[in-house]
Amino acid sequence: MQLVQRRPLPPRRVRLRPGGVLPILAILVVLLVLVGIRQPSFLDPPSLMSFLGRSAPIILLAAGQYFVIVSGEFDLSVGSLVTAQVVVAARLIDSDPARTWPVVLLLLAFGALVGLVNGLITTRLRVPSFITTLGMFLILVGAVYLWSDGAPKGGLSEEFRRFGRRAVEDVPLLGRVPYALLVLLAVAVLAVVLMRSDFGRTLVAVGDNPRTAQLSGVRVWRTRTVAFILSGLAAAVAAILLGGYSGVSFQAGAGLEFGAITAVVLGGVALGGGRGSVVGAMLGALTLELLFALMNFYGVSGALRSTVQGAIILLAVAVSATRSSSR
Amino acid sequence: MSVLSLLPARRPVPGVFVALAITLAIGWLVVLVDGGQLFNQSTTVSLLHVAAGLGFVAVGQTLVILGGSLDLSVAYVISLSTLVAAETMNGSDGALLPAIGLALAVSAGVGLLNGLLVTKFRINAFIATLGVGLLLKGYLDSNYDGPAGVTSPGLVQSLGYQRVGPVPLSFLLLLAVTGAAWFVLSRTRFGHHLVAVGGDPEVARLSGVRNDRVLVAAHVLCSLCAGLAGVYLASRLGSGAPRVGTEGLYDLESIAAVVIGGTLLAGGRGGVVGTVGGVLLLASIDAIFNQLEVDAFFKQVIRGVIIIAAVAVYARRTLRKAAS
Repeated sequence: MQLVQRRPLPPRRVRLRPGGVLPILAILVVLLVLVGIRQPSFLDPPSLMSFLGRSAPIILLAAGQYFVIVSGEFDLSVGSLVTAQVVVAARLIDSDPARTWPVVLLLLAFGALVGLVNGLITTRLRVPSFITTLGMFLILVGAVYLWSDGAPKGGLSEEFRRFGRRAVEDVPLLGRVPYALLVLLAVAVLAVVLMRSDFGRTLVAVGDNPRTAQLSGVRVWRTRTVAFILSGLAAAVAAILLGGYSGVSFQAGAGLEFGAITAVVLGGVALGGGRGSVVGAMLGALTLELLFALMNFYGVSGALRSTVQGAIILLAVAVSATRSSSR
Repeated sequence: MSVLSLLPARRPVPGVFVALAITLAIGWLVVLVDGGQLFNQSTTVSLLHVAAGLGFVAVGQTLVILGGSLDLSVAYVISLSTLVAAETMNGSDGALLPAIGLALAVSAGVGLLNGLLVTKFRINAFIATLGVGLLLKGYLDSNYDGPAGVTSPGLVQSLGYQRVGPVPLSFLLLLAVTGAAWFVLSRTRFGHHLVAVGGDPEVARLSGVRNDRVLVAAHVLCSLCAGLAGVYLASRLGSGAPRVGTEGLYDLESIAAVVIGGTLLAGGRGGVVGTVGGVLLLASIDAIFNQLEVDAFFKQVIRGVIIIAAVAVYARRTLRKAAS
């Protein structure tokens, strides 16, 4: 059964349909060439592998954000969720290796729970998602500070940190492959499979036109809530990698929500939902990280990141707005 | 359809003032039991100061929300305005007026940009103002590490700390701004057009309203109000502060105050008087917590819960109205 009747597009539009991954691939290649000119050693397998490992958390967050955005909502709580997860993990593990796996499971459950609450408040209580998730942001940050009396306590075990900082050594051709990259690839495959399943189609249909989706028998609230849960889970995995890589601090997740949204928009996903692919969103995150690396090579201040993100969001959305209006 | 159903167009006192009275009564009792006093001179003064800062922003936010738009960049505009004002004054009273003028002009410029992005480029207001906010954040982050500039002593003594009895001058200014906004909304053509655009843009357009101009003007006014809040905060702090807007959560709190004040988040219905009620309600809760010496982090958790809950209550109410 086809859930949503798509408007027939004029034939010449079909190839350059908005939301395809071609534009972002082109940008990615251009950036790679620029990086290659400036810093050829960056493209050597070892440094490229470690770059991909470093970028894994933001790519995961972009995938999580994609589910929420494509269903027509926003999740601004992911940055604070990552911070909360890292701080909670450190305090619960308290440097005891035996507690690693229980805590990993707990973090995943915690992420899913925060997503569930976000989703239910947004869909059942009809609170706009940016208010729900900004409110959740306040609650999570406040709660984490409150719980740890203003300074992170405890420590992560080496087993826990392994995911974020260790690698499979001595791989032919590639050198060392970070665990983070393997986790990322596994999640990416899962995400693509999910988007090709019935659920994925339903999710896009809900974002495209909630009313039509509802009339076709979709439970819109349930689908959107699942999207929020997926975003919470992605944040949990990202937090595990990030905590391992860069350690415990209250700044662990600061600003990541904006990074994720920028990445999703850059990947050709329409804000407001209904268009774009999860692969595009993840490539968007990779492109954004590459752009920051390039800025770094050219000695541009890291403080300008926000400005770059703001400019990308405005540009990408303006381009897609003028495109869709000329249809 | 009965005659009664036509009546709500003229709304009585918004429910927020009832909620405010109840909150103050309960707060007074709780603080009394705790061994304190909610309504002494110093708490009242600080409550009204908090209300003034948030109030300027929220009144401006009301205008854009009424027009069916939104402004998430206000927090950064406030920070920018404190810096522009304090750095231009640089401690001298002679530069007072040019500095305020420059701060407001810069703010208005940001509002113009917001407005043009929302109308001409047809970018969703949430995204457009978030993007502009990030642009400003990058500028502030890369140029300022901490407080900069010195507010002129004249401004600190007048707008910052001058008061009439227990009422700060800044709160009186807020009442004046609110009065002006009320007049504009209910008595001028621009006000009626703004509400019409927020209610149904297509109908407004077909009735000959120039939607774009009206919305751009609303965005400029909103940013001007945020700029004014920045000037006020500079007068309180004695210098420009690059993070004061975001740390004060002026974006989220101003939207919450507007919604609590009975204005529909979707636009087209509501007003500034209710917003001031919402601001006073949030400021009162803050004052009560301060009196009870609640942990600052716990306060933040409660703030998040209150904002979500308040919006949820109003969302339910509009749903019920739409259903009946």
